Amino acid sequence: MRRVDLALIMPWIAHGARVLDLGCGDGDLLGMLRLQRDAEGLGVDIDHEHILNCVAAGIPVIEQDLNEGLGNFGSGSFDLVVMTNALQTLRYPHHVLDEMLRIGREVIVTFPNFGHWSCRLHLALQGRMPVSKFMPYTWYDTPNIHFCTVRDFDILCAERNIRVLDRLVLGADHTRNALASRWPNLFGTTAAYHIAR
Amino acid sequence: MPATFPADSVGLVTPRLQRFDAPVTLSCGRELPGFELVYETYGELNAAGSNAVLICHALSGHHHAAGYHSEDDRKPGWWDHYIGPGKPIDTRRFFVVSLNNIGGCHGSTGPTSINPATGIPWGPDFPSLRARDWVLTQRMLMKALGIEVWAAVIGGSLGGMQAMRWALLYPDEVRHCVVIASAMKLTAQNIAFNEAARQAIVSDPNFHGGRYLEHDTLPRRGLALARMIGHITYLSEGGMRDRFGRALKAGDLTLGSDAAVEFQVESYLRYQGDVFATRFDANTYLLMTKALDYFDLARDYGDDPVAAFAHARARFLVISFTTDWRFAPARSREIVNALIAAGRAVSYAEIESEHGHDAFLVPIPRYQALLSAYMQRVAEECP
Repeated sequence: MRRVDLALIMPWIAHGARVLDLGCGDGDLLGMLRLQRDAEGLGVDIDHEHILNCVAAGIPVIEQDLNEGLGNFGSGSFDLVVMTNALQTLRYPHHVLDEMLRIGREVIVTFPNFGHWSCRLHLALQGRMPVSKFMPYTWYDTPNIHFCTVRDFDILCAERNIRVLDRLVLGADHTRNALASRWPNLFGTTAAYHIAR
Repeated sequence: MPATFPADSVGLVTPRLQRFDAPVTLSCGRELPGFELVYETYGELNAAGSNAVLICHALSGHHHAAGYHSEDDRKPGWWDHYIGPGKPIDTRRFFVVSLNNIGGCHGSTGPTSINPATGIPWGPDFPSLRARDWVLTQRMLMKALGIEVWAAVIGGSLGGMQAMRWALLYPDEVRHCVVIASAMKLTAQNIAFNEAARQAIVSDPNFHGGRYLEHDTLPRRGLALARMIGHITYLSEGGMRDRFGRALKAGDLTLGSDAAVEFQVESYLRYQGDVFATRFDANTYLLMTKALDYFDLARDYGDDPVAAFAHARARFLVISFTTDWRFAPARSREIVNALIAAGRAVSYAEIESEHGHDAFLVPIPRYQALLSAYMQRVAEECP
């Protein structure tokens, strides 16, 4: 997730919150939280380069594979659990979501919206899985094994009794433009959900 | 034989001796009537006294962690890959203190020292030690050197146990704690290996109940065997396969050949054992392995590691190695999980290596980069 996108979820994060960032990348979000929210965070990642960059930035980071469970984190041990743009890479996204909601009082999750019109058009006209600047991988060699749409995620939340506290759907220009607000599942490229149980 | 030392070496170093005359009460309840610590320092203490780093050594380690004692030294100190100008523990930025712990056999007061009460070497009568006794005496050296707070306390294996103990006992005197290939306590299997090694020593006919110096002899075979057992557990199966395979040093196994067969790995292990037996004291080996066995980070905190780490103030870096089965990554993850639950700042990485437990001594690019990056932050925080 780009820094401009991260800035948009900032208002959902309280001052001094204890934040667990799953798939924290180079620690951009936790770095911003440290500066802007005085929040002490912990990142989790598996990529060596990401871990090194977090350490270099003074961001606490744990090397751990999200697909192997989060049982090592205590229930309610964090104020907030965040996962930006990683849900679609997980083996069992719904189980991880349950775990996030167990560990954190609140959860923020962001994901690319596969329901965007360009994906639909690509599939409809070319009959092939969408490949774009936005989703640059071939279907057989991609970290993104569980794409979903905004509507899919709404239904998942309803089915699993997850409360949606806030939702933000960004358009192609990475802002909350009018089209993405009116028809999020058609014009949204990235969705951000603020959820709880 | 470096005529000139490498540019990233601390170069020629001279060990120093610090004498402490006041008796010190040890965790076993007995008193040590004064003692000496041999130590080395690398780099300069800054004006604020805020850039000091303590290196805690492991089972067979000592004060000579970096640099050379003479121009003829074939090898530098035991952690030279990690300490020096431009190295992860950068001596241009840090004042590094490395000592030989009490009970050791490289110049600090230990079983080979003279017991002032009897006039003969302590031998088996040297008081039993715990990691906290080392922390206590390291702290006395710290005060003698005019250091109020460690920028970091760093240790691998048994050294990592000391580093963690530091963070619990003196939380205000440790800013960062770096725990490498360590554990909060040994497993039964781990204690078992130590006991097999100890039995090798005590069953040597030259051991004489630990009074071999009085008999003017040394339990060399027992000590060598102890080291061979230990050494196997410090390597990984894959590492040994890659390094030795089934290669023969002597003889052959073709039909009709009666020549004595010796595998490379046999020759290597025997050599390692023999070298160790000439430079290490058997009673020290017994003392150190027992201190390892006795260590249990959370024992005094209701057996709750989270409650234990709640006493710490330091920020932590924990590192493990994939093929280390003596101090497995799972043991490091236990440390990390307890730290997270205690609300401490911690970073953790599991480094790929074929070197087993010994990996913590070996130059591994990812390990070097990570420790460098972490220590750079530590240096930037030094006022």
